[in-house]
Amino acid sequence: MTVVLLASTSSSLVSGPVTFGDIALSLLLVLFAAAISRWQRVGLERDMAVATLRSFVQLLAVGYVLEFVFTGHGWLTPLALAVMVATAALTSGARARRVPGSRLVAAASVSVATAATLGVLAAARIVPVSPRAIVPLGSMVITAAMNTTSLVMTRLHDDLAANRREVEARLSLAQSSHQAALPWLRASLRSAMLPSVDQTKVVGLVALPGAMTGMILAGASPLAAIRLQLVVMYMLLGGNAFAALVAATLTARRLFTPAHQLVRQLRRTPP
Amino acid sequence: MIAPTPRFELRDVRVDGDEGPIVDGFSACVPSEGLTVVMGPSGAGKTTLLRLLNRLDDPDAGTVLLDGRDVRTYDVLQLRRRVQSVGQVPVTFPGTVGDNVGRDVARLLAHVGLDPALASRDADRLSVGEAQRMALARSLALGPDVLCLDEPTSALDATSKGGIEDLVRHLADEGLTVVMVTHDPRHADLADHIIRVQPLRTNGTRRVDEDAPTSEDDGSLPGGER
Repeated sequence: MTVVLLASTSSSLVSGPVTFGDIALSLLLVLFAAAISRWQRVGLERDMAVATLRSFVQLLAVGYVLEFVFTGHGWLTPLALAVMVATAALTSGARARRVPGSRLVAAASVSVATAATLGVLAAARIVPVSPRAIVPLGSMVITAAMNTTSLVMTRLHDDLAANRREVEARLSLAQSSHQAALPWLRASLRSAMLPSVDQTKVVGLVALPGAMTGMILAGASPLAAIRLQLVVMYMLLGGNAFAALVAATLTARRLFTPAHQLVRQLRRTPP
Repeated sequence: MIAPTPRFELRDVRVDGDEGPIVDGFSACVPSEGLTVVMGPSGAGKTTLLRLLNRLDDPDAGTVLLDGRDVRTYDVLQLRRRVQSVGQVPVTFPGTVGDNVGRDVARLLAHVGLDPALASRDADRLSVGEAQRMALARSLALGPDVLCLDEPTSALDATSKGGIEDLVRHLADEGLTVVMVTHDPRHADLADHIIRVQPLRTNGTRRVDEDAPTSEDDGSLPGGER
């Protein structure tokens, strides 16, 4: 089955495409936010201005890049994915700086999650192997994998540090580092995978997710939109599981020496 | 007569902490017979030394020998099976006392002075004293040659203390090599051998004054064997 990714252009948005003039008008809403911030002395006006400007510049740039990739430069797709994976790895790695080599761990888990999920979708011809399908799906799975990886790395590190007496009691009883870390490894996997499971459960009842709302706004039939959304959700479920597994395994490996000892840095983390 | 090979020999061992060495230039022997008590004020690095025996940590300089062989040349998991260690505060794993001990439960519980009927009780419902005995039984279940104890009585009330001390003495008499870290001077009476550990001079002071040695800085090696 191939999910139709292109909305029919005939009925695209009720009032036609959004123009730059429309965007300028929508800035009114940002002004409301800034006014509330000033009135209530929240002090976020500057941040709002920066965020608004950044969002405009970043998205405009990405828009031009994607336009370029989609119009006859599809060979740039792997490069685009690589840049996204690298950025995600740096971001997640910085979040879990306490884990030695956290950037490498993050790079591995995000790459595996992306390659595995996109690979299956492409190999089974569930989505067309075209930049227009692969780049946006890739961005979704990479973002999810990045968040999962950060969560697993920080949680596993903190849990092992907090429970190091028990971990070392297990090591002293001649358990391998993997066995000794297993209860916390499982807990980190579980906590990383639960949100995407819950989201998948309540989808449609609570939230109309992004891919689906986007397609509906662009004029696609809701039934076409939900078919794509289902594929996206299953992709995210799978991608998160891959990312969590790789991140947990590699993180655990980084927190023990080859001689099944907790690394000193972890033993000295204040409880 | 040639002296028998000691169970453990520590040669010129240094272990670094965040603020400089915790122990430095430390040498000592643990005979294979009887109870060896490691004494010294808190902060002297007794626990740090004990952790080297089952390789929960490795020295930054020097060597630790078990039966004349560098501990690093043994398979580490086999080494830990032979050299069991029980911490200051007993750790209980989820499940019953029987689950914790693993095998030969009734005999081992009786051996450490616990009622074998406790086997079916949740491990986290034991008193601290009972949990410490269970931790000993769990270690003995692996059939070790050496038992390392880190202040095994410091978390206990007076009655439980005496019981554990008797048990430790009894295990040593049965032929196990027992190494016990303590800061309780009374434990000298229990011991067959004593290793005294002296704290290094305050590292902070020494670091700050590194370029301006004081009259106290006589260069003698802190730490050592009695």
